[in-house]
Amino acid sequence: MAEVPVRGRFHRIAETDRPPVSITVDGAAVTAREGDSLLVAVLASGRTLRQSEFGDGSRAGFCLMGACQDCWMWQADGGRLRACTTPVRAGMDLLTRPVDETLWPLPA
Amino acid sequence: MAAASMTPATIPRAIVVGAGPAGVRAAETLVAAGLRPMVIDEGMLSGGQIYRRQPANFGRPHETLYGYDAEKARSLHDAFEAIRTQVDYRPETLAWNLRENVLHVVTNGVAAALPFDALILATGATDRLLPIRGWTLPGCYSLGGSQVALKAQACSIGQRPVFLGTGPLLYLVAYQYLKAGVDVAAVLDTSPFGASIRALPDLAVRPGLLLRGLRFRRALTKAGVTVANGVVPLEIEGDGEVTGLRYHAAGGGDRRIACDAVGMGFHLRSENQLADLAGCPFLFDDATGMWRPEADGDGRSPRAGIYLAGDGARVLGADAAEVGGRLAALAALADAGMSADAALVTSLRGQMATLDRFRRGLATAFPWPATLARSVADDVILCRCEAITAGTMRETAEAKGAPEVNRAKALSRIGMGRCQGRYCGHAAAEVLAGARGSSLESVGRLRGQAPVKPLSMATVKADTL
Ligand SMILES: Cc1cc2nc3c(=O)[nH]c(=O)nc-3n(C[C@H](O)[C@H](O)[C@H](O)COP(=O)(O)OP(=O)(O)OC[C@H]3O[C@@H](n4cnc5c(N)ncnc54)[C@H](O)[C@@H]3O)c2cc1C
Repeated sequence: MAEVPVRGRFHRIAETDRPPVSITVDGAAVTAREGDSLLVAVLASGRTLRQSEFGDGSRAGFCLMGACQDCWMWQADGGRLRACTTPVRAGMDLLTRPVDETLWPLPA
Repeated sequence: MAAASMTPATIPRAIVVGAGPAGVRAAETLVAAGLRPMVIDEGMLSGGQIYRRQPANFGRPHETLYGYDAEKARSLHDAFEAIRTQVDYRPETLAWNLRENVLHVVTNGVAAALPFDALILATGATDRLLPIRGWTLPGCYSLGGSQVALKAQACSIGQRPVFLGTGPLLYLVAYQYLKAGVDVAAVLDTSPFGASIRALPDLAVRPGLLLRGLRFRRALTKAGVTVANGVVPLEIEGDGEVTGLRYHAAGGGDRRIACDAVGMGFHLRSENQLADLAGCPFLFDDATGMWRPEADGDGRSPRAGIYLAGDGARVLGADAAEVGGRLAALAALADAGMSADAALVTSLRGQMATLDRFRRGLATAFPWPATLARSVADDVILCRCEAITAGTMRETAEAKGAPEVNRAKALSRIGMGRCQGRYCGHAAAEVLAGARGSSLESVGRLRGQAPVKPLSMATVKADTL
């Protein structure tokens, strides 16, 4: 069966002529735009940002202003990034689930 | 009082946290008095929420971004540009703790401790939320977040969003989406229409703003958007992502609207954790059901050297934030023995009185739906951070006898997650109060804890700057 192209969750309604930026999300190439937040970079062509660590499905951010902490993504090299307040940079290699579950330090 | 030309022996070290309307006007006032304040903001750009800026390589004009408020936005941005070299501006800097007149900040993983004589907290607000079944589904955003997508990133949160909740932001955001050409599916307000009528005498003190609200509503209705009052939201539907919303209409009957996104919010809540860490006493405000740090009319807290301004002190909106920022700075100057223009103070206090009356009107027109929060079903996720249900909170109240929210937090982890109760705290308190059969005030408030937001694990200490 031919793959159905997945439309992004977010829709760009203006400012669409910015230079492209290439990143990788779960190993797949994604083209974003310079000036995108990481959250927008991922959701302009994807549907979700992360898997909840508590087994209740996927999440795609919520507050977009650095307050709810529901948009943290993982980097292939182990770090974490809050997608709504991090500007996209060419070459970012992102994951929607942690490589190592112990990376997120749960408060005691 | 000292004469205008006199300054105290030592120039007070002043820090302003927040570069929104309140913080910018506070800093401007301090600069005018000869101080060189530090201005701290975790954002990359100044402007705060309402006058949030787009990235440098975006080109939309102020008129597109801020609509009726374009002139005010320009004035605030210009004011900050004008003092840029006279303040020590620290963008991308989070103020994460405060102890004994030392503010702790972190900039890109580098920590610093900043002693101060006067600290003006102008930390703003975020959306006030309550859980609705399905609110953690991808496609559901806060109302403020929906606006941030549009304003700062020129994106809509979906092809066909529903806006749900209450408060002036509900109609504003829906209108901004409509103007941007988005197919808005519906605007669903939990407040009954009659509440707006009751609020008219107070809202009429700012006829321009009142008219603007009516205009938004009319434009939405004219465009064929369903605008309904007194709704009871039942469920945000979807298998893995938002596909619809069910609600109970005021006139009776359940309705379903197909949509791929929901923007929800129930007016705003103050960011007041730093005031809490500073030891400011808090008061319970019956009209909104929220706790707020105590301060006099000028923003002077009972804690020496701590001043509060803007939405972070009390949600009064953007114009009041500018007035409050100026008043707080003038109070700090007066307390440091520097003279303040008495006529200016009187005029600002007068403006504040009008703005406060309008705030009361808004509280009447768009009440917090406490019953909705209290009746959240047991299996609905209350804490987004750790996927903890409302039932767990009730169990904590009933089986474990938690008397107040901090004990309930320790027992249930609700409020202990990464957002530190910003998004579950108000509903959690209602659920706890409901389960105990007590008042909202009696279950207390979640205490602020450092760090006020998660710090990077790689944070290192720098020398005190
Ligand atoms: C998302 C959102 C959108 C809004 N849009 C509108 C609108 O379009 N029209 C309208 O009339 N009103 C709007 N409001 C209401 C708004 O709160 C006021 O209009 C106004 O922005 C309040 O000004 P302020 O200076 O008090 O706070 P803000 O403008 O919120 O500024 C507070 C600043 O403090 C910074 N800050 C907070 N805590 C810290 C910390 N610990 N460390 C470092 N920096 C910190 C924030 O980054 C922010 O820049 C909006 C509110 C929100 C939350």
